[in-house]
Amino acid sequence: MAGEKKEALLEIRDLKVNYKVYKGTLKVLNGVELRVGKGERIGLVGESGSGKTTTLKSILRILPYNASIEDGRILYKGIDLLRADERVLNEVRRREIAMIFQDPMAALNPVFKVRDQLYDIIKESARGKLAKEEIEEIAYRLLKEVRLPDVERVMDSYPFQLSGGMRQRVVIAMALASARELLLADEPTTNLDVTIQDQILRLLADLTMKRNLSVILVSHALGMVRKMTDRTYVMYAGDIVEEGDSGEIFENPLHPYTQLLVETAPKLTGNWNPRGVPGRIPDYLNPPPGCRFHTRCPFAEQICREKKPPMIAVEGGKRVRCWLYYKR
Amino acid sequence: MRMAQYILRRVVFAVFTLFGLSVIIFVMARVLPGDPARMAAGPRAPEWVVEQIREQLNLDKPLHVQYFLWLRDVFNGDLGYSIFTKRSVTQDVIEYLPASLELIAVAAVFQILGAFALGVLAGMYAYRWVDNAIRLFAYIGISIPAFGWAVIFQLVFAWKLDLFPVQGMLSVEAPERITGFVTIDSLITGRFDAFTDFLKHAVLPAMALAIGPMAQEARLIRSGMIDNRYKDYILLMESHGVPKRKLMFKYLLKPSAIPAVTVMGMDIASLLGNAFLVEIVFNWPGFSRYAISVMLNKDLNAIVAVVMVIGVIFIIANIIVDIIAAYLDPRIRYVERGE
Ligand SMILES: Nc1ncnc2c1ncn2[C@@H]1O[C@H](COP(=O)(O)OP(=O)(O)OP(=O)(O)O)[C@@H](O)[C@H]1O
Ligand SMILES: [Mg+2]
Repeated sequence: MAGEKKEALLEIRDLKVNYKVYKGTLKVLNGVELRVGKGERIGLVGESGSGKTTTLKSILRILPYNASIEDGRILYKGIDLLRADERVLNEVRRREIAMIFQDPMAALNPVFKVRDQLYDIIKESARGKLAKEEIEEIAYRLLKEVRLPDVERVMDSYPFQLSGGMRQRVVIAMALASARELLLADEPTTNLDVTIQDQILRLLADLTMKRNLSVILVSHALGMVRKMTDRTYVMYAGDIVEEGDSGEIFENPLHPYTQLLVETAPKLTGNWNPRGVPGRIPDYLNPPPGCRFHTRCPFAEQICREKKPPMIAVEGGKRVRCWLYYKR
Repeated sequence: MRMAQYILRRVVFAVFTLFGLSVIIFVMARVLPGDPARMAAGPRAPEWVVEQIREQLNLDKPLHVQYFLWLRDVFNGDLGYSIFTKRSVTQDVIEYLPASLELIAVAAVFQILGAFALGVLAGMYAYRWVDNAIRLFAYIGISIPAFGWAVIFQLVFAWKLDLFPVQGMLSVEAPERITGFVTIDSLITGRFDAFTDFLKHAVLPAMALAIGPMAQEARLIRSGMIDNRYKDYILLMESHGVPKRKLMFKYLLKPSAIPAVTVMGMDIASLLGNAFLVEIVFNWPGFSRYAISVMLNKDLNAIVAVVMVIGVIFIIANIIVDIIAAYLDPRIRYVERGE
């Protein structure tokens, strides 16, 4: 499996995204590179604030107003989504790529019924115009598919009447309506009760497998990422620092940051406590020059402070952005 | 069903509020210094005349007896005798209130339409020139009080540009008095000339009244739209390719407008109080002038009636707003039932 080149569905190249804030400019994404093959499942891990959500939101161009895309390309089936016009972009949004949001409590409009929102999404996802009954039928099927009990009641509920787990199932159903190619799952279980985290992840694995969807799964649960994905990208402070086979990368991490991540991950549950990693993500206002990890790296040398390392291919199809692996 | 229960609860609550209000104002009017009987009789009237008036107004009886006598009359539609206009207060209210209510109704329409139009426009084009212009306008709108606008509008649009009548409510013959509301009466009797004439007279004072609260509400809608524009629940719909127009006018506007809607009712009810100076400037034959006159003359029955009328209008406005807010925001409906 490792190193095998699948046809690229999505390719992010040198993505740089800034946020303007009162104090200045936060240089968050520092040239993200990421590739998703057709039908491939990608894991994206890294501690809180490393830019995972920013990366996913860039793909669908739903970044907040103070974000600016400085550079880079996001090629989806050869089209650059960052430069595609609104019509093309909306085609992709309507029936090819969909996102599951991090916080199910915030992802549904509080003053509309589930039915309203789901119907509108289904309407958009169709190629032609759907009859009312067809929309209804699809909605029922989707809610059944995400294993919501009492579908009728859920449809007529407002979000605040549903539990977090139920809301996330609704959000997943919405995503399934639109995602025919690629599903972006942004920590789909982090804000849920521990008891249902596994259920939701298993459900996701199930449904995406059945539909043969490509997936980018962002999660702190390293064990789950390992089980559910083919390849994993490790992100630190807006950079991809390591990329490789999901089985391999946690077994034999190369980048000092990945090693730290894996070490501090509780072995049994696979749940990783983001506070377990000593030190903090650097300030994005004045990010450290060179390798952004050098401020926390036990192996930092002079070059790390001066020059950003390139992505270096290592044996086994792994790639790592670290001077330690650079051979002259 | 839920809605009906909600409304019923509101109305019952309102009735109790009105009772409370009536007790407070009834007692206050009588406890404050100044002898109403003496004022009615005049400073040089002999003591026995004052005594007579006092008896006539039941002022010689204990307070709680006075209140129950008054309450009994109110249930019979009698608000008592006015020592200022020398006739039944009920008659006064019927005569003066409609003109004010009509003015307020026109102002309310301006206020609501204006607030939504400006608020949505500014919210959609946040920080661009449209928004900057609207914000400046709103700032000025809030800073100048209603009577200030009344004078400005009268000078500019009536005197200088001659677009609207300078003052008064009608310059044609009034329609036959059926309900007391000129708009309704003129429509019933087919007097469309009176209808349009009334509207022409109402535009400037209504604008003057509406502009402050309109600006305030436009700001609320604007900031609601800006605050919510990048919430996940909007981004989610956007990420599914929902068209911009539906995104803005359905999914963004509704949650963003709720705070503005909840203040609108109160704003509209307060117009009745604010209308006083505007009614003076435009010589509008309304209720506000009556209200001030009776207060200055310590006309007990009229004062209580005036306060009660304003109270009733406040409460009705409040109920209407609560109903609209509950209709817009499901969380209100359900949470109040303890769900
Ligand atoms: N709208 C914004 N304005 C300013 N800064 C922002 C904004 N959104 C995100 N950031 C900052 O950008 C950085 C990356 O945020 P992002 O949400 O992409 O991280 P993440 O990896 O998804 O983290 P988490 O695991 O906590 O979800 C953080 O430092 C965050 O504070
Ligand atoms: Mg995130």
